[in-house]
Amino acid sequence: MKLDDETEAMLAGEHGAVRRWAVEHQVMVGRFFDAVDLVPVGQAHIMADTEATGPTGVDFMEELARAPHADRKVKIPTITDPRGVDFKAYERLKQTQSMVDLEARLIKAFEALGVLMTNTCINYQTILPPVRGEHLAFGDTGVVIYSNSVLGARSNFEGGPSALAAALTGRTPRYGYHLDEKRVGTLHFELKHQPTDLSDWGALGGIVGRKTDSYWRVPVITGLERAPNSDELKHFGAAAASFGSVALFHIPGVTPEAPDLHAAFNGGAVPAAEPITADDFDAFYEGYAARGDKVDVVVFSAPQLSLLEMEQVATLMDGRRVHPDTTLMAVTSPEIKAASDRMGLTRRIEAAGGLVLEGVCFYQSYAREMAEANGWSRLVTNSAKLVNIIGGYGYKPTLATMERCVESACAGKVS
Amino acid sequence: MSRVLRCHPGIGPKVEGEALVASDNFSARYDLDRIKGVFSRPAHKLFGESYRNKILVLNTAKGGVASAWMLREMLQSGVTPKALVFNTVNTILAQGAAFAGLTMVDRFDCADVTKEISSGDLIEVDPSEGYVRISLRSR
Repeated sequence: MKLDDETEAMLAGEHGAVRRWAVEHQVMVGRFFDAVDLVPVGQAHIMADTEATGPTGVDFMEELARAPHADRKVKIPTITDPRGVDFKAYERLKQTQSMVDLEARLIKAFEALGVLMTNTCINYQTILPPVRGEHLAFGDTGVVIYSNSVLGARSNFEGGPSALAAALTGRTPRYGYHLDEKRVGTLHFELKHQPTDLSDWGALGGIVGRKTDSYWRVPVITGLERAPNSDELKHFGAAAASFGSVALFHIPGVTPEAPDLHAAFNGGAVPAAEPITADDFDAFYEGYAARGDKVDVVVFSAPQLSLLEMEQVATLMDGRRVHPDTTLMAVTSPEIKAASDRMGLTRRIEAAGGLVLEGVCFYQSYAREMAEANGWSRLVTNSAKLVNIIGGYGYKPTLATMERCVESACAGKVS
Repeated sequence: MSRVLRCHPGIGPKVEGEALVASDNFSARYDLDRIKGVFSRPAHKLFGESYRNKILVLNTAKGGVASAWMLREMLQSGVTPKALVFNTVNTILAQGAAFAGLTMVDRFDCADVTKEISSGDLIEVDPSEGYVRISLRSR
């Protein structure tokens, strides 16, 4: 790999042991993917909840945090994905003191590196939205697919250690979605049925994700009758990334790199379209159906809710009451939580018996341990991403519209 | 006679061990009981099998960003496969192997590496040279 002088100096240890580790890691990954060099990046976004890092990851971060200040400071604005624990709500969710202690140690280590603890997976809606052509090192698959597809920025899925390495060097190996040739459409899907609710958009992401089924393929979706909004594409992208490891999609006429169908395929042959029908949507929902079952927990999360979603939840809950045997939670970022407090949305959700959590995401918050401690099994959500993941944590998930989720929470059973 | 399969140069040290093979995928977060060292997702073709000290030969690596931290955690706990051999990986598993120093290779010159190697075969993985040698067939 070709390295510039500053990077060579970092590799030689002239900028301390922390940056040497970072460049060594990047060279190893870069060679694996045949990167010719490193590309400067504008921001890094790190997924590092303690459930993912484990205690050894926390030890690793604390070792970096003990380095001299000049050696350990991040070189570019660096922000974080949701944490494992909301310090204001952990007791009510029966999370343990040891989880809280581990999380606090990790936060302290990140802060020592100059990382901004944004604790969000909707930074593209709330912190600093990426710009077309901007190279980034983003963690969280939902953040990457949205930034690449909807905004035309350029990032691979960067796992925690790789995003951290990029933060410390200000660069990342130039492979995958940093390259023009990897961003060309490879599959073509045509909608024969229009999604309406947010859960439909997630279901569509799940359907496209399953059919795409590779990080290295780029689906192109046609047949939409109107331009979707940011929350709709957020749910679509998060589900496509979760079900199929997809990192980039194009919607001709909507997403910036595909002004038309031919541009989505870079002027090359347009593959025959595979139709996505109402039957595909029905089959997707059917895979997660459970009418009549007792509901233990209703979750609005994955991705965190925008201010508009918080308002929608609050409005659906006005004058209602969550069933005493059911827990309902709406999960958002610290910025949106503050705005929801200020605008009375939190109060409205809490008045109906709901919980509002900030800076976490349900599946990154020791979901298995919460299920065991609270006796939770049946989970209802409007997030297709969540129903995909949460089965592995011992839950029985049901996908439903936001309205049906609230109905189910108040009835105490799947409505 | 030993057989050599060429692959793209990979990550980690050269190792030798017993293969555990399936035409299925791999996610550290969703497929494994990382305490017991067994495949724990019922739908996985290796469900119930111990992966400890085995060289896993699978189709592709999937799963979210968390896997990048998890391989190192697995290696440090001692409950870990000896190496990972895939047809293709996503970026996260490659980054995770680099962080952990776990041996991993992919992109073979054959169509499907899970058809070339059988469970129980003794194999040698050399990431810097980019090959897997089948030293001893199990059958």
